[in-house]
Amino acid sequence: MATENINIPELTKKDFQVDNEIKWCAGCGNFAILNSVINVLPNIGVRKEDVVFVSGIGCSSRFPYYIKTYGFHGLHGRAAAIASGVKVANPNLSVWQITGDGDCMAIGGNHFIHLLRRNIDINILLLNNKIYGLTKGQYSPTTPKGSKTKTSPEGTIEEAFKPGELAIGSGAHFFARVVDTDQKMMRDAFYQSAMHKGAALTEVLENCVIFNHAAHVDITDKAVKDENTIYLQHGEKMLFGHEKDKGLVLDGLKLKVVKIGEEGYTLDDILVHDAECEDTTLHYMLARMNRPEFPLALGVIRNFQGTCYDQLLEKQIEEAKKTSPIKNMDQLMNSGSVFEN
Amino acid sequence: MKKQPKVVQLDEVVVKFAGDSGDGMQLTGSQFSDTSAIVGNDLATFPDFPSEIRAPQGTIAGVSGFQVHIGRKEVHTSGDLADVLVAMNPAALMANMKWVRPGATIIIDIDNFDNKSYKKAGYVEDPLGDGTLEGYNVVKAPITALTRASLADMHLNVKTVDKTKNQFALGILYWLFNRELHIGDKFLEEKFKEKPKLIEANQRVLRAGYHFAETIEALQTTYHIGPTTGRKGKFRNITGNQAVAWGLMAAAEKSGRELFLGSYPITPASEILQDLSYRKHLGVKTFQAEDEIAGICTALGASYAGALAATNTSGPGLALKGEAVGLAVMTELPIVIVNVQRGGPATGLPTKPEQSDLMQALYGRNGESPVVVMAASSPANCFDYAFMASKIALERMVPVILLTDGYLANGSELWAIPKMAELPEIKPRLATPNDPEYQPFKRDPETLAREWALPGMEGLRHRVGGLEKADVTGEVSHNAINHQKMTEYREEKVQRVVDMVPDLEIVGESKADLLVIGWGGTHGAILSAVQDLQEKGKSISMVHFNYIKPLPKNTADVLKNFKKIVVCENNLGQFAFYLRSMHPQFNYKRFNKIQGLPFMVYELKEKFIQLLEEK
Repeated sequence: MATENINIPELTKKDFQVDNEIKWCAGCGNFAILNSVINVLPNIGVRKEDVVFVSGIGCSSRFPYYIKTYGFHGLHGRAAAIASGVKVANPNLSVWQITGDGDCMAIGGNHFIHLLRRNIDINILLLNNKIYGLTKGQYSPTTPKGSKTKTSPEGTIEEAFKPGELAIGSGAHFFARVVDTDQKMMRDAFYQSAMHKGAALTEVLENCVIFNHAAHVDITDKAVKDENTIYLQHGEKMLFGHEKDKGLVLDGLKLKVVKIGEEGYTLDDILVHDAECEDTTLHYMLARMNRPEFPLALGVIRNFQGTCYDQLLEKQIEEAKKTSPIKNMDQLMNSGSVFEN
Repeated sequence: MKKQPKVVQLDEVVVKFAGDSGDGMQLTGSQFSDTSAIVGNDLATFPDFPSEIRAPQGTIAGVSGFQVHIGRKEVHTSGDLADVLVAMNPAALMANMKWVRPGATIIIDIDNFDNKSYKKAGYVEDPLGDGTLEGYNVVKAPITALTRASLADMHLNVKTVDKTKNQFALGILYWLFNRELHIGDKFLEEKFKEKPKLIEANQRVLRAGYHFAETIEALQTTYHIGPTTGRKGKFRNITGNQAVAWGLMAAAEKSGRELFLGSYPITPASEILQDLSYRKHLGVKTFQAEDEIAGICTALGASYAGALAATNTSGPGLALKGEAVGLAVMTELPIVIVNVQRGGPATGLPTKPEQSDLMQALYGRNGESPVVVMAASSPANCFDYAFMASKIALERMVPVILLTDGYLANGSELWAIPKMAELPEIKPRLATPNDPEYQPFKRDPETLAREWALPGMEGLRHRVGGLEKADVTGEVSHNAINHQKMTEYREEKVQRVVDMVPDLEIVGESKADLLVIGWGGTHGAILSAVQDLQEKGKSISMVHFNYIKPLPKNTADVLKNFKKIVVCENNLGQFAFYLRSMHPQFNYKRFNKIQGLPFMVYELKEKFIQLLEEK
């Protein structure tokens, strides 16, 4: 979100850096994510005192201790609810929820879908390493089916959640997916999230060096990432590949990967990404594209600006204050059926 | 022909309205209460409705009731047994006969008493002919037929017409108690604003009932209950739930903080959320959450952001909120948690009152998790205790659990409207922006309360959370000595709230044979029983607790002067257990009723007499 504060002193990333020791494992993706966030915050047009980070429980949820803002380290799964309360009570604040795949998709699933449905202006960063790290290596709701973990020695027999699917199904107005190895991509998504008014979910595919190392290697490895991912930008053609010679087209009601110059496809046939349209159909298809048939979609997939809860509530309050003749408690208590002796 | 009835002066009367849950008994009851309040009576009411919204018509499960106790003298309960019962069908009669005083007047709609209805209600024989009603003054009124006849020319559908039947019964009561019809007219005009046809229909039927009563033989006597004397000022009829909502709003206005209520609907607490949803004009924010947990977590977030934050629930909901109550304890944020108790465990008896959440409120969380626990004791004083709960939370940076129950929540009584200027000040412990000395867990040496620094305040950025924090600095700490110190601080902080707790007041002599102890919603019944026995010269006194944790300072001093002590409560003895742990030097007898019903005055008196006579 961007507030209309007039006198915002110029900020740098130093304004958000803490002096205390950061206790994540060496090589954890959280460091890169924290760094991106700290680089974005000075540029979103918000005073440093107006930024609040709220988290649940898990490795990622230690985040508020490592960033110099107001912060609330909550309960397992409940960050969405706590953040909702912060934002609704004071809509001037820029509220960020930090959550992980267990915190958000398992124990906090209910609050997650309702936050998106209500569309409260909160930036949700879902740090998805597809494993339970802080409890040391059990599978999470986003762990791919068949994965062997401490609690699935023969491989999981559960289907995994795709956060983007769940989010769009819950009415999310903003969904981005980024990887923790790409600073520029992260900063761009976080910035757009901050500018978006409403609940904005950014899924960060993150590496856990200890319990799920190289889980995302097929999309982060330099040798294959251009072929295996597509970086979507609003208003740009949906192209990917080393040579940018592949693209997405609609084939009937389905997406299809084509090579320009083959099967009669030209550059003109390639879809242009419209992140800002209200209709979710294409966003949903993009969000659920799966390897190996499709490249994994990255970037801001959906960014539709609708009305958000906190603004509507303020409007209702303003309207009620204007129209009601009852302005204070003395008047309320003496209104209606009052008996006098 | 108009008869000239005898008018008898009464001190008090209890009227019960009972019918199908669609018969409008709650409306009729409210209308009769308001009418009584306007003529200056004191009153207390209690609705008694099934947890099903519209259970099958004519069955016991579908009976909805409303009891009102009016008096020339002060009224403390909604009354033990009814002096007048209105039974709109056999099921209503069946369900309520055991709550009717011998010799009472019973008004029935004779049109609903046929073979089929008796059986549906569970009667084997016609209750009008089998002696069931012997010894009562039965008014068999053809309510349905006469209602329909009186509206015949209005061309309304039968459903609409039959919905006005309750006014016929009420018309009989207006005559019986010498009430002026224009008061009822006014109530109906307000109730059916913008529906002039309904106003006319209801007013007509009210008159039809009144004139019917005038002419029949069965009613030879009417009653008059004079206005309460010695009571001046402005009053309104208020339920406990409404009083909680208004108490919170008053505290918000007084403290200068916005009120935020995070809540999930649950019987019998929902009216608090509903009432506050209509108060946006006073800046109130209500958040209907996806579940009980989100109810309290949004409130806690709002508290962090600087609101007077509250959440309301009933027993099962408090269980779900437990972990977050612990987070409020750990983060030392102000929050008011209102628990409108009902029968438990699990779903239990959703619409029936009980006092069985006391231990849950005191101890129902992981870890050493002290909170202030208080209990309201009448529908109207729910206002005072919601206000005080907010004051304590805001000034002492501590979670407060306020216990009420289904009886207080839905019951009503006349409330002397306070003036905002006369309510105590509330001074939240707000930090000062850019205070170089600010530390998140630095404490006031007197109260041990930390300061409240709100997001947006310059120079005070800090983190709170569920991990143990270092003393003063608030950094995360797993230090062993620090944990013991902080645990003791949190407990001691709650104990020091005792300086805001008024001393116990003894009703009666400070030395006597028997001391009756109660807490919360049982106050009215216990007081009525004790006062009655005192008038009869018995050596009996009472104290009633509104503050559970901490207990009033003079508790032990009061208790030591009595030969016997009995603790009365609607559970299996939770407060007695607690008192025994806090003040083990005394011997506590117990009187426990756990039937989803409040104490009756007569059963308390019986128990007290038995205790007084025991060696």
